[in-house]
Amino acid sequence: MSSQPLFTDTEPPDIRVERTADGFITIKLTGHWTLRGVAQHAHRLQRELRKYTSDPEVHWNLNTISALDSVGAFVLWRATEGRRPQHLVVRPEHIPLFRRWTDWQVPQEPLIETAPLDIVSSAARLGRNAVEHINGFLSLIGQFVLDCLWLLRHPGSTPWRDISATIYQAGFKALGITALVGFLTGVVVSYLSALELKSFGAGNFIVLIVGIGVLRELGPMLTAVLVAGRSGSAMTAQLGVMRVNQELDALSAMGVSQSLRLVLPKIVALIVVMPLLVVWSDILGILGGIFAARATLGIGLWQFVAAFPNAVPLANLWLGIGKGAVFGALVALIACHFGLRIKPDTESLAIETTRAVVSAITLAIIVDALFAIIFRNVGLP
Amino acid sequence: MSDESVIRLENVGTRLGEQMIHRDINLRVNRGDILGVVGKSGSGKTTLLREMIGLQAPTEGHVYLFGQRLDILNPEQLAALHQRCGILFQGGALFSAFNVFDNIAFPLRESRFVDENLVRQLVCMKLGMVGLDRDAALRLPAELSGGMVKRAALARALALEPELLLLDEPTSGLDPLASEDFIKLLSTLHQELGFTLVMVTHDLDVMRDLCQVLAVLADGRLLAYGSAAEVRSSREPLVREFFHGEYAERVFAGAVGAPP
Repeated sequence: MSSQPLFTDTEPPDIRVERTADGFITIKLTGHWTLRGVAQHAHRLQRELRKYTSDPEVHWNLNTISALDSVGAFVLWRATEGRRPQHLVVRPEHIPLFRRWTDWQVPQEPLIETAPLDIVSSAARLGRNAVEHINGFLSLIGQFVLDCLWLLRHPGSTPWRDISATIYQAGFKALGITALVGFLTGVVVSYLSALELKSFGAGNFIVLIVGIGVLRELGPMLTAVLVAGRSGSAMTAQLGVMRVNQELDALSAMGVSQSLRLVLPKIVALIVVMPLLVVWSDILGILGGIFAARATLGIGLWQFVAAFPNAVPLANLWLGIGKGAVFGALVALIACHFGLRIKPDTESLAIETTRAVVSAITLAIIVDALFAIIFRNVGLP
Repeated sequence: MSDESVIRLENVGTRLGEQMIHRDINLRVNRGDILGVVGKSGSGKTTLLREMIGLQAPTEGHVYLFGQRLDILNPEQLAALHQRCGILFQGGALFSAFNVFDNIAFPLRESRFVDENLVRQLVCMKLGMVGLDRDAALRLPAELSGGMVKRAALARALALEPELLLLDEPTSGLDPLASEDFIKLLSTLHQELGFTLVMVTHDLDVMRDLCQVLAVLADGRLLAYGSAAEVRSSREPLVREFFHGEYAERVFAGAVGAPP
């Protein structure tokens, strides 16, 4: 080990066979029998060495090796199949490396089973997974309802601080991004419709289109997507890291209910804060719509606002706010569901966080479609 | 400078924010030594360990690793030096997404000069060296006991045949039996493979049974340096406090220099 060089100046390991006058064969090993020297040639060296290892009369001279480490020793050991040669000369400093020569315990290579793709069993697994997810999700909702009922009887235990912290994180801190996205969407919707309406000479309909579009669909939907990506992912990752650090176990050990302290505040906070964010992004969206309408159709601010109450039924606002609350509950529930499934390793953390965001957005869109069907007779002129 | 020094610290000092963690530290580790850096929690032991192999740069002074000054090396040269070092982190720092086998194979595969067949053989060899079996090889780090995590992490640190092995609290979190086994394992491997061993510890058993040289850090300075017997006879009050507590007296009673 004392003179192990850098990778660049490694002298390749070599085997020299010498025959003495009296007919004995001497094998001399030279060069660097180290990880870096042996790595490229391990199989060739082992093959060559095996030619001589079966003959007990061969003399082995390892004195001439320039450097030896446990990899070199291991290659020699493999070649001799664990039998120490009878005639062996080793440098004194290398003796410890060969101490294990006769009883080197090397575990068998573990077999990695790659089961062939079996459609039936993978379908069964998929089914089991789905059932497990639905079960977990329903019991999370059930636990939430039970916690709410418990809090009605013990209002003093309501985790107000956690709720308010989540409202601040998921609500107040999201004001900027929801405003920007809401405003720009309003501009785009209004601008594109205005071009079309202008060619029909029906410019006044812009109020109806922007109003219903933003209040009923775009406001709640965009906010849900933003909150799922922003706060949903954060909630899942937070629960996951708490699992990795055994904080969840610590909470349970103190007799603090996970669902009451971690899940419930998130759900309550998002149910409170999502409708507020929806109203906020509605306002900005409509302002964006007005801005674009004035630029393309010449409809002024007051003209737009005055026409608004007659063109857009109030029901659309309530519908949008209601959707916001439902989406908020959905995002928080899904974030907690996946967050609590995270196992204590980094890969699981990444997978479940991704799943949480994707599922939250997908489910929000599905629920939005259900809303559209259920309320098809409400709020449309 | 001599070829024999693996690590050399010259007037090393570290400032963290306003606080000076340590100053004016001169230290030299010779090839094949077993050095224990000793001190209370928060005395900057781990920081010093990180500075020794350039994971962190000191605010003052210079660090020489294998005779080369670390702060003037380019990243490639530093990486080449790191390939000659193995480090065992306190919590093991095994990659939680890989099983034990792939954790140990990782540095070998990453170095790209070992073919896959040999990688598999070498991983098995290392598993045998640290006393793990094939069942452990397929488990994920989260499924291992504390002692097995340390062993797996040691096997990974040894994968590239390091000349220098650094250990951060090698026995922390182990029960006394597992800790004793681990000390024995380290001692055997040191005799067999001949690497230089530098460790940070506050475990008195480790100091007694494993370390040949002790460096005592306290109050931001290197207060004592030498064999256990020499360090114990130091007159520095902070050193005496550490080595002459009731428990320390019991551990060292009649055992200095003569491991059982």
